[in-house]
Amino acid sequence: MLSFSAGLATWPVLLHAQENYFVTYSHELEEPGNLEVAAKSITGAPKGGNPFVATAVEFEYGINGWWTTELYLDGQTTIHESTVFTGFRFENRIRPLLREHWINPVLYFEFEDLNAADKALLEVVGHDTKDDLISRNSRAEKEREVELKLILSSNFKGWNVSENFIAEKNLGPSSWEFGYALATSRALALKATPNACNFCRENFALGAELYGGLGERHSFGLSETSHYFAPVLAWNIPSGPAIRFSPTFGLNQNSNGFLFRFLLSYEVDQFFSRLRGEP
Amino acid sequence: MRLPGVIACLLLVGMAFAEAGDGSWLRKVADKDRARSNPLENDPDAAAAGAKVYAEHCAPCHGDDAEGKMHGRHYRPNLHSKRVKEATPGELYWLLTNGSLRNGMPSWSRFPEPERWQLVTYLKSLH
Repeated sequence: MLSFSAGLATWPVLLHAQENYFVTYSHELEEPGNLEVAAKSITGAPKGGNPFVATAVEFEYGINGWWTTELYLDGQTTIHESTVFTGFRFENRIRPLLREHWINPVLYFEFEDLNAADKALLEVVGHDTKDDLISRNSRAEKEREVELKLILSSNFKGWNVSENFIAEKNLGPSSWEFGYALATSRALALKATPNACNFCRENFALGAELYGGLGERHSFGLSETSHYFAPVLAWNIPSGPAIRFSPTFGLNQNSNGFLFRFLLSYEVDQFFSRLRGEP
Repeated sequence: MRLPGVIACLLLVGMAFAEAGDGSWLRKVADKDRARSNPLENDPDAAAAGAKVYAEHCAPCHGDDAEGKMHGRHYRPNLHSKRVKEATPGELYWLLTNGSLRNGMPSWSRFPEPERWQLVTYLKSLH
């Protein structure tokens, strides 16, 4: 117990985090043995509906150098309605190629058990529209789905460019739904400064995401789909949390006009070593 | 084949590919990468900046003094070793870029190129 407490006591000075996007995945995996805990929130006031805040709490663990696993717990609060737990997601990402290439593929598998009240909007697929955000909170309708993604990502001269192709299938009788997410980002400085600093340009990154639905198996295309464009500002505080902001703009009449995303994450190095109280 | 079966197969294929990696990382470095020189070798701030990046991202595994560390059953190597001392800057840069994923060393390609060279400068300053 003493060693466990001692391990915990050292955590606050050993925290840092990474990644610059909300929806899009790059080929960065969690470092082996590290645990990242993050709260991804989104808020909006859709026309014809009540304002809401939805949060997905993420636990991301690096199993080894090429395999990362994650658990999400989702919930949301809608003004004048209720606060509800909306379900969980369990996902795995695997890098099939062990070296860095011009384009780096990652295979992504997810099982999600959510109810219809979920508004986390961690992906947009099929014919998802703004109506999904204005329906009243109901936990009656269950959505047990599997989701596959092909993640392609490149790092070049300080830039990251990532493309995700999404296929999602409800385990009930429904067809495959498709979506996409594209993103790019760059740190504001490519060299580290020699002195410790929280506000150095190297700790900030700017980027943008573009994501949306691509219809279903029998109605593939852009018809009746929603799309979003979202600039992202990331601030990685050395030995501290990472913070991200993203004003999100709907691009067509099926999209919600404006949403705002916010993320706070901590990364705990060598989580189980610390639990064991190893020096 | 039912959907869970497909997913299980894809997972196994992914794992099989991942396990198909080569042996020692040094043998994988191409000659042109091995021969690369450090553009920040004479930058007076590079080693100090590299030390800062090291302390933030590398020390949790390799130790504050870079002398290696045990994490459970896994040993994270001593960076004062002969292997690191004799490695060319290009080889160290290659390792930082590609990692050695089978052995638990992640790829640090998300660091911009100059920052990786700063780390190389710091690693070389240990010897």
